[in-house]
Parts: sequence; C-alpha cells; structure tokens
Amino acid sequence: MFDWKWDFTWEILPRLISATGNTLIAAGAGYVIAVVLGLMLALAQRTPSRAVTFTVREFVEFIRSTPLILQIFFVFYVGPQFGIRLSPWMSGMIAIGLHYACYLSEVYRGGIESVPKGQWEAAIALNMTTVQKYRRVIIPQAIPPALAGMGNYLVGIFKDTPMLSVIGVAELIHTANAIGSENYRFLEPYTMVGIIFLAISLPAAGLIRLFEGYVRRKLGL
Amino acid sequence: MGFYDFLIQYWPRLLTGTGVTLAQFLLAAVIGIAISLCMGLMKLSQNALMRGAAVTYIEIFRGTSLVVQLYWIFFVLPLFGLTIEKFTAGYLAVGMNIGAYGAELVRGGILSVPKGQWEAALAINMSPAQRMRRIILPQALVSMLPPWGNLMIELLKGTALVSLISVADLMFEARQINASTFLSAQVFGAALVIYYVLARFLVTPFMRWLERHMARKLGRA
Repeated sequence: MFDWKWDFTWEILPRLISATGNTLIAAGAGYVIAVVLGLMLALAQRTPSRAVTFTVREFVEFIRSTPLILQIFFVFYVGPQFGIRLSPWMSGMIAIGLHYACYLSEVYRGGIESVPKGQWEAAIALNMTTVQKYRRVIIPQAIPPALAGMGNYLVGIFKDTPMLSVIGVAELIHTANAIGSENYRFLEPYTMVGIIFLAISLPAAGLIRLFEGYVRRKLGL
Repeated sequence: MGFYDFLIQYWPRLLTGTGVTLAQFLLAAVIGIAISLCMGLMKLSQNALMRGAAVTYIEIFRGTSLVVQLYWIFFVLPLFGLTIEKFTAGYLAVGMNIGAYGAELVRGGILSVPKGQWEAALAINMSPAQRMRRIILPQALVSMLPPWGNLMIELLKGTALVSLISVADLMFEARQINASTFLSAQVFGAALVIYYVLARFLVTPFMRWLERHMARKLGRA
C-alpha cells in the first residue's frame, strides 16, 4: 500500500529542482508584467473620460471573474487562428500577467483612494501637472498601504503557475506529470511538488508579513 | 465559421458542460462551507491539539496549489487504497481548498463579534454551544459575508481546474470542441462569456441578496 521509494525520490529530485527554477521564473516574470500593467489599469480608471473608466472597469471585472486556465487557453490558441503564433511561455506570461494585473489594479486603486484629500489639493496648489502629481505625490503614498495586498498576490501567482503546464510550459507540475508517466509512479513526484510548494510559499508568506510590519513601522502607522 | 453558426451547432455540449460546472460549484461550496466552519472554530479552540490540526490543514491547503491538491487526491490517494471517482475528486479538492481560505474568514468573523455579546450570552446562562449557535455565529456571518462573495467567485473559477482530471465540465467541453474543430476564438470566447455570466449574474447577485437578507434578519438593514 504505502511504498515510498527513497532512491526514486533522489533520482527525480534534480529534475524537480530545475523545474522549480522555471516555476519561479514564470511567477517572477508574470508578476513584473502584473505590477506594471496593474498600475496602468488603475490609473486608466482615473481619467476624466467616463467611457474609458467604464470600459477598463468592466474589462477588469471580466478578467477577474473568469478562470485563469481558460484565459491561458484563449491566449495560446486564438493567436494562431489570426496568424499570430505565440510560444507557450509567451502566451502563459501574457495570460497570467494580465490576470494578476487586474487583481493588482484593485489593490492600487485602494491605495490611491487612501491618499488624503489634502495631498491632492496641495499638489494642485503647487501647480503640479497631472503626471507630476501622480509621480511625486500620490503614487509614493499609495504604494506602502498597498504592499500587503501586492505581496499576497505574489504568493498567489506562484501558486497559479501550475496552470501553465496545460500549454506545455515545463514548470513543476508539467515535469511531475512527465516523470509520472515515464515511470508509472505518481506518489513521489506529486508529493515532492506539494512539499516544494509549501517550502517556498510558507516562508515567502512569512517574509511578506515581516516586510509589511517593517513598512508600517517606517511610516509610523 | 461565424460565432452565431458556432453556437447553433455546439450549444448543447456547452450547456451540459455548464450543468456539470454548476454541480461541481454547488457540491464544492457545501464542502467548502462545512470545512470553513469546522476549521475556523477549531482554530479558536482552547485545545492546543485542535488548534494545531486546524493550522496544519489551513497552511497545507493555502500553501500549495489547487492543481497539486487535485492531482494528489486523484492520482496519489488510490495508491493508499482510497480510490475516488473523478467527479467526486473534483469537487472534493476544490471544496477542501476553498475551505482553508474560508476558515480564516470564519475565524475573523467570530473574533469581530463584540465582547459584550459573549458576556451577555454567558450572563443569561447559555451553554457554549447555544452561545455560538444563537448569538455569535449569526452576527459573525453578517460581517464575513462580503468577503465570502469574493471567495465564491474564486470557487467558481477553481472548478474549471477539474477539467484537468477529465471531469466533463464547461472547460473540458470547450477543450474537446477546440481539439476537434480548431474554432478556438469561438469556443473559448463562448466559455469565457458563460463563466462571466455565471459569476456576475448568478453568484454575485445571490451573495448580495444573502448579505441584505441576513442583515435584515439581525435588524441591521
């Protein structure tokens, strides 16, 4: 019944560790896209044009309420239908980056809305342009309260990378599937993947909590 | 093939898939709510063993990815002599995953009930079970319903992953149709719209209604 094989575990460990690298790269690259694009989506909802705000808002809602795995398929398969061929990595990064950009835009929005009214008025009183106002007054104050939410989504994106396996990105689950079907053994690869996920996400969540506390103290909150 | 012709031809399969998705959603919600309550209460228990068990459960399910949990339950548990049929494994995995997130909401909700309410229940000689059931939980429920709305959307999106173990849900039907017709934009577009409609016009309004209904029941509307 219970036949865990240690020699097999050691044998597959190097492959799993190199796949962990791919998982981390995917999570990191996806997160960078999400952080930049998310800020753009948040700012786009603050233009004077009601039509733009409404469109961006609905787009964010749409992406947030549909499954990421479906969006990954959509990006990967719809491109070629119109003559655009994207590699699995490319489409994966676009899909996961866009998905989390929508989540992060909500986090930024909360941060921006938490900047006191006096700061906005002061920026106007100093005759700052809109770009100056956001770059030098609003965003520096909007990011610190948003950091906790941003950190949570970093762990979230890491945990969602296994979905990239469906279009053939060689991350952890994809590698575990391959090992499993080559050797007809699923116990060790899947269990090891679970342990690797825990070993990364638990300390990461702890570090984010520490960092959040540090930032709050720094700001005197 | 145009979108309209596509729908005429394939709507029955998309509809049966949607039915399976909804069934998975409802069953996973029942499991998720039961586990949330159980683990949330256990985490507040005086007994260190109960607390430890709840913390372990929550950290394991929140620290690993739903895909990993799903594969583990479906492919690894049979090796321990516990074979679960794929449909059951699907909603079980999704429900257990959501339960870990819900447990934190339950815990937060219970802690948010003012101390006076606990003391009042004690003063009128209620047993701990009566106090929890009649005084604390109803008030905790009202304060935690808004985040539960978000969690239910996450749950609906999570059910799309059961397609990975070949449960014939909407995601699975979409993939099958895509594989045989290559009408990717049509089929994945249609699936995205269906998920969006379910989330936006079924789950969200129901949760809003529930929030209002519960608030009214407690005389807070």
